[in-house]
Amino acid sequence: MTAWLTPDQWQAVALSLRVSLWAVAVSLPLGVLVAHALARWQFPGRQLLNGLVHLPLILPPVVTGYLLLLTFGRKGAIGQYLDMIGVVFAFRWTGAALAAGVMAFPLMVRAIRLASEAVDPKLEQAASTLGASKPWVFLTVTLPLILPGIVVGAILAFAKAMGEFGATITFVSNIPGQTQTLPSAIYATLQVPDGDAQALRLVMVSFTIAMVALVLCEWLGRVVARKIGGRA
Amino acid sequence: MLSVTITHAFPGLSLKAQFDAPNGVTALFGRSGSGKTTLVNAVAGLLRPDHARITLEGDVLVDTAANIFVPPHRRRIGYVFQEARLFPHLTVQQNLRYGRFFAPRGNRADFDQIVDLLGLAPLLARRPIGLSGGEKQRVALGRAILSQPRLLLLDEPLAALDEPRKAEILPYLERLRDDLRLPMLYVSHSAAEVARLATTLVLIDAGRVTAAGPAADLLSDPNIAPEFGVREAGAILTAKVIAHEADGLTRLDCAAGPLWLPRVDLPPGARLRLRILAQDVMLALHRPDAISALNILPATVKDLRLGDGAGAMVQLDAGGDLVLARVTRRSVENLRLAPGVAVHLVLKAVSVAPQSIGGENQP
Repeated sequence: MTAWLTPDQWQAVALSLRVSLWAVAVSLPLGVLVAHALARWQFPGRQLLNGLVHLPLILPPVVTGYLLLLTFGRKGAIGQYLDMIGVVFAFRWTGAALAAGVMAFPLMVRAIRLASEAVDPKLEQAASTLGASKPWVFLTVTLPLILPGIVVGAILAFAKAMGEFGATITFVSNIPGQTQTLPSAIYATLQVPDGDAQALRLVMVSFTIAMVALVLCEWLGRVVARKIGGRA
Repeated sequence: MLSVTITHAFPGLSLKAQFDAPNGVTALFGRSGSGKTTLVNAVAGLLRPDHARITLEGDVLVDTAANIFVPPHRRRIGYVFQEARLFPHLTVQQNLRYGRFFAPRGNRADFDQIVDLLGLAPLLARRPIGLSGGEKQRVALGRAILSQPRLLLLDEPLAALDEPRKAEILPYLERLRDDLRLPMLYVSHSAAEVARLATTLVLIDAGRVTAAGPAADLLSDPNIAPEFGVREAGAILTAKVIAHEADGLTRLDCAAGPLWLPRVDLPPGARLRLRILAQDVMLALHRPDAISALNILPATVKDLRLGDGAGAMVQLDAGGDLVLARVTRRSVENLRLAPGVAVHLVLKAVSVAPQSIGGENQP
């Protein structure tokens, strides 16, 4: 009788969760900033920024992974300098988090941007006449009003990060215990003769995490919306 | 005192105006699209005018020539918008405290006093979405006042409300004027509101100031009155409540003599402000007797203006108060009305609508 999942496979599940949480946590502030800028500010290069943000959504994931390798690999354009200060992405779990964050970024930005566009600038004007400076207006009025969008964006990005495969395997490979995430583990298991049963168990784990994320998303969205103004 | 000199062009309107707003309530009166909201937005700092110099109590807020533009949050000017613009994610109490949070420490307005003054206590725990239009506007007023403004801007704060709600808010605005002595710039296109509240009046038409001065003078000026519409023209009289009589009438004293009106809900001794519509005033050369109208006051014709049609506006001096009467040109000829002629003005007690009676508690 074999274990339900091997230690390596459990490790893959844990790693996927860690990679996705970090990917979302680190990219969220940037996502809010970019979404707000795209929704509300007029500046030169706005269309370019919009295109760049959406690039991972339209490029084949393998291409994104390869571009990450070129940029953030140990000899990459940025990677070689990061290497000097001891920050290494290539073939580490941090690289998997970077790949997942980049791939999930467009989804996160789109969700937050929709919320940002729906905020009535008249409320922000009212806040400024009450003595709130621009940063205060953003913190006390804009941010709470786009919170539902941020929650949705974060959970969507988390789900996307959990499922990310192509860019990750290209950028950081598939090293058990190091960079082998849940999708990579499923892929690896399928390569082994008689691995179907194991793969199916991993699929069940993956399915469960996705469903929990989705239900949480719906529930949080409703709670926040109710807090904000009885919309729900 | 607020001083505004402004030139601003935008599609459909060129604004070129200059006016001063002394303490008290200054009403900006004009048709929709005449540039009133633009003026107020420039004072608040929500709009950058092409050319302007705006000062408040000597502080320069805007001087385009010197490249000065104080951002809205540093102006300490409260703003009550036509739609209340309450923060939907905060309760009423939090909305009110929001205004106070940024107010200068030290002599902060007393939260409880403002809540009391505006009758907000029962609403504190609620969220804006569940409030009626009138309640929202009261909260917006409280929020603006608690930010300790040096000047309060009100852009048609009653325009979106129905008559009963308007009647509910007006007394609160009178209390802000009289009890808190908060200087206000009040945008309106309703002659009735202006007559209730304004101490100074600035008339605006197509981006230009057409007249400005004390409200009592302008409202009773026969040459300006038609701007309000002939049926809306009317002067303001100040009077004092003397007694409530057994038959349901209230006796008031004004400068020219006693007045009787259907019961006024103010205690004896209270001062009030009456808007007497020009079309409700009748003129007689001799004191009429055996007439149902209760109020007959001696007056002298001060000025008159014949209209283009059948009507004429007559300005009367009634013991120092100025009253306006709208009669026909034929009556002007028949009675030989001219400046200096002594007449009696006749006013039916029931013709003064309750909405035309406002409290006034000024020295």
